[in-house]
Order: sequence, then C-alpha cells, then structure tokens
Amino acid sequence: MEKKKRGMSITAKQKTAGWLFLTPATVLLVIMSFYPIIQAVFTSFKTGSSANMQWANPLTYNYSRMFADTIFQTAMKNTFLYLIIQVPIMLVLAMLLAQLLNNKDLKFKGFFRTCVFLPCATSLVSYSLIFKSLFATQGLINTILVKLGIFAENYNFLGTPTSAKVIIILALLWRWTGYNMVFFLAGLQNIEYSVYEAAKIDGASSWQTFWHITVPLLKPTIVMTAIMSINGTLQLFDESVNLTSGGPANATITMSHYIYNNSFGNGVANFGYASALSFIVFIFVAVLAFINMKVGDTRD
Amino acid sequence: MIQRRLIPSYIFLSIVSFISVFPLFWMVTAATNNTVDVARGKIWFGDQAAVNLSNLLAGQDLWGALGNSFFYAGVQTIVAIFVCSLAGYGFELYHDKYKDKLFSVLLLAMMVPAVATMIPLFKMMAKCGFLNTVWAFMLPTISTPFLIMMFRQNSRNFPVDVIEAARIDGLSEFKIFFQMYMPIQRSTYAAAAVITFMNSWNAYMWPRVVMTDNRAQTMPMLIANLAAGYTVDYGMLMMGVLFCTVPTIIIFFILQKQFAEGITGAVK
Repeated sequence: MEKKKRGMSITAKQKTAGWLFLTPATVLLVIMSFYPIIQAVFTSFKTGSSANMQWANPLTYNYSRMFADTIFQTAMKNTFLYLIIQVPIMLVLAMLLAQLLNNKDLKFKGFFRTCVFLPCATSLVSYSLIFKSLFATQGLINTILVKLGIFAENYNFLGTPTSAKVIIILALLWRWTGYNMVFFLAGLQNIEYSVYEAAKIDGASSWQTFWHITVPLLKPTIVMTAIMSINGTLQLFDESVNLTSGGPANATITMSHYIYNNSFGNGVANFGYASALSFIVFIFVAVLAFINMKVGDTRD
Repeated sequence: MIQRRLIPSYIFLSIVSFISVFPLFWMVTAATNNTVDVARGKIWFGDQAAVNLSNLLAGQDLWGALGNSFFYAGVQTIVAIFVCSLAGYGFELYHDKYKDKLFSVLLLAMMVPAVATMIPLFKMMAKCGFLNTVWAFMLPTISTPFLIMMFRQNSRNFPVDVIEAARIDGLSEFKIFFQMYMPIQRSTYAAAAVITFMNSWNAYMWPRVVMTDNRAQTMPMLIANLAAGYTVDYGMLMMGVLFCTVPTIIIFFILQKQFAEGITGAVK
C-alpha cells in the first residue's frame, strides 16, 4: 500500500489540496502557541504594568527576583511533592485495577469499569468543590470521624498545611486513577492471550507472569501515562484554586496558581514577572516532552 | 458461578467503586438538603431541592451560564474537530517529507504549557476585541496536536483505492474529504467530539482570564464563585455543582465507549 502510494504521480492540483488541508490548523497553532511563547520570553525581560512595559534594568531583574521569592519556591516544592507522591501511587493503582478488570472470569466487569471511570466525567472545579465540602471542618468526613470516635473534635483538614496537601493528593487520585486505567486496559487488551497460556504451561506463577510479561509489554503505556500525569501535575491549577485556595498561607499553592495570582489575581498585573515564572514551567514541560520523544523513538 | 479465588478482586473492586461513586452520590443528595443538614452529615435525599434551586437562581444567572457553557463548548467542538480532521487527513494521505517535517514541528506545541501563553494570548484577545466572546474562549484550543494526531492515526487505514476511484470519477479533493472521508470516519469524529466537548465544558483557567464579564461566564466559573464567600451554603453550592456536572455525566453514560476512545485517542 505504502509503496503504491509513493509511486503514484501526484498532480499539482492534488499537491495544493494537500497543503490547503493543513493550513487552518497550522496557522492557528503558530498564532496561538508558537508566537505567544516567544512573546512570553520577551515579556519576561520587561517590567511595568501591562499598558506601558519597559525593558527591565538589569535585563534579568525578573529572573533574579525569582530566586529570592520564597512563595514561588514553596509553589515549586508543592508541585513536585504532589508529583512525586501522587503519580506513582496513581499509576500502580490504575495498573492493578486494569489487571483485575482484564480477567475474563470476572463478572460485573462493565459495572466496575464504569464506576471506576466515572470520576473522569466531573469537571475539575466540580470535584474540587465536592472534596472541599466533604472535608470542610463542618463536613461529612469530620462528622463521621467524630461519631466513630476516631477524632475527639472536628479537625480543620483544609486549614492545616500537611492535611491540606494530603487532601489535594487524595482528590487527584480520585479524579485521575480511572482515567489512567483506561490506557492500561487498552494496553492489556493488546497482549495476546496465547502469551499468558505459554507462561502458564511453563509453570510461571501469576506474580511472575505479571512482572515478567505484563509489565514489559505495558512499558510504552506506563511511559506515556507517566509523562501525561507529570505534565498535568506540573500545570495543576483548578484544584489549588478551588479546593484550598492555595492556603493555608500558600502551603498548597501550585506554580500555575502563583503565576495566575501574579498576572490576573487581585489587582496585580505583573506580566513581566509572571512571564519569567511561567518560563520555568515551560522549561520543565519541554524537558519532559523531550524525554517523551527520546523514549518514544526507541519504541518503533 | 463466582470463582472463589476472585473474591479478593471483587472486594477490592467494590471498595474502589464505592469510593469512586460516593462523592458524586453525595453531591446529588446534598443538593436536596439544607446547609445545616449537610453539615450534620446527612447522606440521604432531603426535600430542600426547590429551596436550594431558588436560592441559587436568586443570586446567580444560572441559565445564562448554562447557556454560555453549552454554546461555547458546542461551537468549539464543531470547529475543532473540523479543523483538526482536515489537518490529520492532509498529513496522512498527502504526506511527503515536507509535510512530515511540518508535523513534527507542530507537535512541539505540546511542550507549551497553557500558563506560559496566557498573558500574550490575553493581550492578543484584548487587542482584537474578542474578550467575553466565544472567539477568545475557543481560539487558543481549536487546533491541538492531540486532535490532529488522533485524526492522523485513524486515517492510516483509510482505503487509498477508494480515493483513487473517486478521483477517476472526477470528484475534487475536497469533495472526497466531505463525501467519503467524513462519513467513513464517523466513529473517530464521535470520539473526538466527546473528548473536545468535555475538555471545553470543564475549562477553567483560560475562561477565567478572558471571560471577565459576568454575563459571559461559564458553569465552572459560576460554581467557583459560589464557593468563594466566607459562609458557604452547601446545599445551594452542591445544586450548582450538580448543574455543572450533569451534562458531562449524561454524555459519559451515553457515549462511554467514545469517551474512552477519545481519551486514548492518538495512541494505538
């Protein structure tokens, strides 16, 4: 098929048509992604309010300011904390669930799958508010814990730095585990059943089968879901804003949230500084995408 | 019937299923209770739904925000799947080394985090007078590497012979796309539409930046405002959250297969 297509003589008319098909999407991506990111780099070297911005003096002012900014350092630490704790737990859980659901003897498979997948249908703001209400000082979780006698009195989950972080991680796990499970299910369904049968005949235990057959064959899926999740966590915004408002005292704020606060938050329009901060996020995401491409290349 | 050795699996899956569903169940029941009962830990349905709804309507333009969300997400979905399917089709079926190069350049857009382009895009939208319009809402995310890649991957098994035959019959290149490609790729369009609509409906950061006028606000913005005050009426809040969540949950139940396909989209 491929050879035949290459061998065909393509008329000029077809050639033009081919380019025309690409034009709208390409133009939009250039104007809406590539041009703005270059603009952002220029803006990161400027100071002043949005209407009259000038080159910063010294030029790297915004960047040196960043290194002295303890809130940004907290934001960066928080983001990486969420990432390091939440992503591995979520992926292991997602893989385990997919493995259980892929068992052909399991009944009510569709029911379980739908339940686990359901949180993906809720918007990020919605579930943040649901979790905020559930874990409120006068919320359901507190009521239950007090009634069961586990806590003597209502605990301010969202007002305490450590527990607020834990709640954000729990919320993220709730929202995204089913999402990632779908990828693993698709990956597992691509593995030929005969491979497992061969392993069975060779006397492999189910743990050995999982570790030596399933995991290596799922490697592309694991890499992809890991990259996607890391990317999502690096850009975390909705949960930080709506679940904890970044508080107490910036203890749970994320990088994107802090950048937003600097650019569009309460009357501050510090576009230059915010752009410098966002450039850091850009570098993290770019490095990640680069790793993705490198790993992706070895797959083919 | 149920195999013994699978009992731990059933127990584990039941627990995870319960945890997954409970917060949403609670959202529904809380929307029917007053804030005192919600705080007291009542988890069953109450009779305050009408009161919560009227409180919500008194303070917020619920129908306006709901209409906005449907309008923005609907328009964005149609435009995005059209633009990206054109590109995916073009990249796959007319591919040569220049187009392949261009494709890998466009993929670089995946590296660009939304928060980094937010300020320049905001200025651009303000300059063009697009603030508080569907243009500002959708323009940055109409063309996405994800959707282009999804359509490109799914065009791979599109029969080239059919195109050849159509050309011999004298069909123009664009007619081939509209009359042959689009109908054949129905399932790809469905999956792409579901995922685009959901993403667009749920969008929060960007709308918050450009939809500054209350009359232009979306559902996620409305419910976020509800929770921003010092005292929160939980019954009313959950009623708002319910309105924001029900449309996507309905889509989820009707089109679950397409949704799953849409998520895994470009991976095959």
